[in-house]
Amino acid sequence: MNTPSDLRYATSHEWVKLDGEIATVGISDHAQEELTDIVFVELPAVGRAVDAGDPTAVVESVKAASDIYAPISGEVIEVNPEVESDPSLVNTDPYGKGWIFKLKVKDAAHVSKLMDAAAYTHLIG
Amino acid sequence: MTSDLKHSSLEAAHLALGAKLVSFAGWNMPIQYTSIIDEHTAVRTTCGIFDISHMGQFIARGSSAAAWLNGLLTNNIAKLGVGQGQYTLMLNENGGVIDDLIAYRSGETEFFLVVNASMIDEDFAWMDARKIEGAELLDESDHWAGLAIQGPGSIEVFAKVYPAETLPPRNGIMKTTCGSIVCRTGYTGEDGFEFFCPAAEGIACWEKFIAAGAKACGLGARDTLRLEMGYPLNGNDLSPHRSPIEAGLGSFCDLTKGDFIGRETLARQKSAGPEMKLTGIRYLEKGAPPRAHYPVVSADGTPLGELASGVLSPSLMIGIGMAYLPAEFSTPGTPLQVEVRGRLFPAEVVKKPFYKIPSI
Repeated sequence: MNTPSDLRYATSHEWVKLDGEIATVGISDHAQEELTDIVFVELPAVGRAVDAGDPTAVVESVKAASDIYAPISGEVIEVNPEVESDPSLVNTDPYGKGWIFKLKVKDAAHVSKLMDAAAYTHLIG
Repeated sequence: MTSDLKHSSLEAAHLALGAKLVSFAGWNMPIQYTSIIDEHTAVRTTCGIFDISHMGQFIARGSSAAAWLNGLLTNNIAKLGVGQGQYTLMLNENGGVIDDLIAYRSGETEFFLVVNASMIDEDFAWMDARKIEGAELLDESDHWAGLAIQGPGSIEVFAKVYPAETLPPRNGIMKTTCGSIVCRTGYTGEDGFEFFCPAAEGIACWEKFIAAGAKACGLGARDTLRLEMGYPLNGNDLSPHRSPIEAGLGSFCDLTKGDFIGRETLARQKSAGPEMKLTGIRYLEKGAPPRAHYPVVSADGTPLGELASGVLSPSLMIGIGMAYLPAEFSTPGTPLQVEVRGRLFPAEVVKKPFYKIPSI
């Protein structure tokens, strides 16, 4: 299981990469492996304001639809059109080409409330 | 919830293969091992093996067993020669479906019935309460482990495991020399067979078929495969409030054989035409996968019903589903829309099966 140490993680299995006030969000390797066969990604509208914990995107496997929650509050400023046309990128490259949306965060300090890689590894252990 | 779950005699083998187990019809069963799409593709192209130990097996026997079953089931059991089987349905007094099953004539006065897991107790109670003189009913569900070996390669797999035996013809049943039961039936549309052996031998048989080339497949792939064929799943597509005429299963109901429970409703619906029909629906383009209970609306936005089943078809890579719709909306080519989380995806009515088996 790949859990990069430079990312932060939510208990609902999203990862966050903070760059200044921009947070890139995707789902963890563990999450994509649990879901398997991702066949559809529903992206949020750019400009939408979300609070931490809001269902923001939907990832669907053959067997089920799963909500993707905003790990932190902010405004959606960009979505990844590549996962819309090729949802399997979320399976094959969850931390790279499989990113889902970017938020302009309300308060970057809140990212530190999320789990680090060690805590997340313990959670999924 | 978990305390009452029943466990297949094959569970240790599933866990050893890394299966994800889920609760289905009261059983803890594998939904997938590696990937539903890979498992689905294995069945369509080579050979897959499913644990179907959750399904129920009854023996009905006695001098009046055939006459008794013919009063309870829609198909004409008198048409079965020894060694033959048929798909059939058991109805309530209103013509609604209690269960769909396969009845095999395993002997002149003996029938082997395979029923749905969730319905074992209810089916047995319904049948037992209506038993007639000279008929006996046994529930052997706990005795048997069940395996379904399906796909174009399944005949070769059988030959490797049983070089001295010959598979029965389509829909047929036979006993192997070592006391197992082999039925040339399935729920995938592919050639293949269903295999029942004493529960204690389940793991050994499972491992033999896997060693012979069958890929372990879970209930996830079983559902996508059956839906591509337009086969109904009781509880989703069949219910006590829908008749087999509405479900498009009229060819499994013999209205000429004499009386059976539910016949009156079927005769009336057949002559007048059913008001509602279980209709095949296919997306026109890629979209959020359709799933059971999603609303189906007409092209102009009128609500028509909801999906009984729906899935992204792994063979066609497009959304497919079935819904009970007013008959005037069930003609192939009729434009429809499926509503997913408030968004409408364009679809149309298509004839079933959704997927055509190339080799048959």
